[in-house]
Amino acid sequence: MSLIRYQIPESTAWPSFDRWINLREDLNTLFELPSWSNFGRQGQLFSRWSPALDLYQNDDNVIAVVELPGMRKEDIEISLHEGTLTIAGERKTESSNGEKAERSERYIGKFRRSTTLPARVDPNKVSATYRDGILTVTLPKAEEAKPKQIQVNAD
Amino acid sequence: MNTLVRENRDSELRQNEHFVVPVASIIEDGDGYMLQVEMPGVNKGGLEISVENNELTIIGRRSLPAVEGTLIHRESRRENYRRAFELDPSIDADKINAKIDQGVVTLTLPKAERVKPRKINVS
Repeated sequence: MSLIRYQIPESTAWPSFDRWINLREDLNTLFELPSWSNFGRQGQLFSRWSPALDLYQNDDNVIAVVELPGMRKEDIEISLHEGTLTIAGERKTESSNGEKAERSERYIGKFRRSTTLPARVDPNKVSATYRDGILTVTLPKAEEAKPKQIQVNAD
Repeated sequence: MNTLVRENRDSELRQNEHFVVPVASIIEDGDGYMLQVEMPGVNKGGLEISVENNELTIIGRRSLPAVEGTLIHRESRRENYRRAFELDPSIDADKINAKIDQGVVTLTLPKAERVKPRKINVS
């Protein structure tokens, strides 16, 4: 059985009319694509996993919060390169022989997620925690990126 | 016997609270089914699983990490999770077992003894 991951419905309400217009436009775009054969080969269109990422900042840190349910912490890789944070890894199956998937929406395999950071950070002080399937990466800002209070000297 | 744990969408409309539908996978083996539901941000305390009229409902309430700072980019959803499944009659509802590990709920749904495949000895 192939792995099918579809869009989680935004709401159960009946879609508004302009969504149907968008749908028609989307379909038109789909048929204008050069070749259907690319779909099968890449297999990426429906099965890629792009974990949800939230970004926060305060005076001292940039904090990235990523939803990564069901990982082993050893399988999560965090890297920093020129102001871009990348979180990559692989989710492995636990299923053994004799089992068959009836319906499989969960993504299994490798993923990679990058984001540009809003400030310079100190790569040596990055820390991360993984709890309840949520990865929290704390990236302390580099000294020069921190807001500074300018002292006004009176004569 | 193949009909398994069928998803039940109707019951979602009855609720006033807004939920998101979590991603799930169902795996069958000889003894029953294994249902896995992704609920990042939910721990044991936020999990509510019930069976009523052959309908299995899983609700997961998030306990999100408190982050000190200003949100500058958001992709995650704040709503809690809810998904309902219609249980196959072969499942023994009294023996359903659940655990949650790193935001993934795993339910084992064993088949009742009478419906398990068995070997008949020829005497």
